Amino acid sequence: MAERLRADLVLEYPFTRTTGPVIGAFLTGLREGIVLGIRRPDGTVLCPPTEYDPETSAPLTELVEVGPGGELVSWTWVDPPRSQSPWDQPHGLGMIRLDGADTPMVHGLLVGGPDELSVGMRVTVRWRSEREGHIADLEGFVPEGAGQ
Amino acid sequence: MTRDIAVVSVAQSQEKALTHTTEVELMVPIINEARGAVGFTQDDIGFTCSGSSDFLAGQAFSFVHTLDAVGAVPPISESHVEMDGAWALYESWVKLQIGGIDTALVYSYGKSSPGSLRDVLSTQLDPYYLGPLWPDAFAMAALQARIMLESGVVNEQRLAEIAVRSLNGAADNPLAVRSSADATVDSVLAEEPIADPLRPSDCAASADGGVAVVLAAGDRARELCERPAWIRGIDHRIDPHQPGVRDLTRAPSARKAAVEAGAGNDRLDAAELAAPFTTQEHILEAELGLGSDTAVNATGGALAGHTMMAAGLMRIADAARQIHDGRADRVLGHAASGLFLQQNLVCVMEGE
Repeated sequence: MAERLRADLVLEYPFTRTTGPVIGAFLTGLREGIVLGIRRPDGTVLCPPTEYDPETSAPLTELVEVGPGGELVSWTWVDPPRSQSPWDQPHGLGMIRLDGADTPMVHGLLVGGPDELSVGMRVTVRWRSEREGHIADLEGFVPEGAGQ
Repeated sequence: MTRDIAVVSVAQSQEKALTHTTEVELMVPIINEARGAVGFTQDDIGFTCSGSSDFLAGQAFSFVHTLDAVGAVPPISESHVEMDGAWALYESWVKLQIGGIDTALVYSYGKSSPGSLRDVLSTQLDPYYLGPLWPDAFAMAALQARIMLESGVVNEQRLAEIAVRSLNGAADNPLAVRSSADATVDSVLAEEPIADPLRPSDCAASADGGVAVVLAAGDRARELCERPAWIRGIDHRIDPHQPGVRDLTRAPSARKAAVEAGAGNDRLDAAELAAPFTTQEHILEAELGLGSDTAVNATGGALAGHTMMAAGLMRIADAARQIHDGRADRVLGHAASGLFLQQNLVCVMEGE
């Protein structure tokens, strides 16, 4: 009997991307433990920052530090946690408008249950101790005063 | 100056899960039905365009396999969009406007049941800020829903009414995968949230399926179909991707597309909307300017069965069929793509 041929199939994305002057700066900022937004011509600040103005497409370049505290604009509860997400426990997902920013960012909310969440509450960043320039360097947000 | 283009034939199929059927096997009878209804073989088709997603099939260029359901020998003029089939219809409409051909075949399909669609949809998010967090589609929609509820643009009662309209309307629709003749606002409000504040009936029921549409120009359409559904306006627009920069209680791109397609120029008898959530159906009704004299998603709409990549073309097919049958004189078909109705297409059709 003929030998059965066998070949491994590795699904991969064998390319590297550069993140550019704005997203790259934001991710580098996370590694250093700061959150950056970017100023629009009208003076308002986008966080997370984009390379272009969402209405006029004008290039944006003026990075500004925002947070680490902010206000919860919206939330939901994720239980069970999604298998590929950075979180392995039930958690909140929120939109957080950081102090100094005019737009909210989406991230995890690290609390014990949905009863601890409400629109308008103050939250602040919890950092991972080891950071690599990735959105998950932010472990998530916790209620202000809950300790880092 | 535009050519008169009409939908002359439609066929579709949809089930909760096609376990033992490949995409090719799914599409063979649907394409044959759509072509056969106007006496066509592939030789009669001037241009063929499809919409599907490699992310669902798990294979690059998966749509090439599905061409086996069309028949691509001898060689055909063909294109594909990694989008809902409604955008394949748009490309075909443009191709027909350019001229040189009088007919087109448009089809799309999706088979999401082998995976978890609410998680797979995370791959449509930007790869730096949102994608790596893998926020699932229900959770993201819930963030929008809470903003809508807190701002007062909608309340839970109204969302439940939209859910009930779909559940009741779908009761006699064989293509629907979720229906209930007995559902009431109270029964929907009694459901436990699946992604607080959204309840299961707020979220479209995932389905596997496919749809095919034949387009024809001018007198060719009149020869093929007793009452062609003439495309009087078709337009698509897009809003920014990052959710934070948008007012999530609105969908400006839907409004713009409706204006450009001339939706408000005359009374609409029916509108078929491809909203994957009750919250988004509510937004669309406002943005498209639909009044109480327009029947919205009368047979359940996308909430009653949402085939990823085909839900929009299915709505256009549903709307066109109402012209073909003489049930309506002027209809609107809508398709959406992306996060929070980021991209919208509106197709307005009329009978003669």
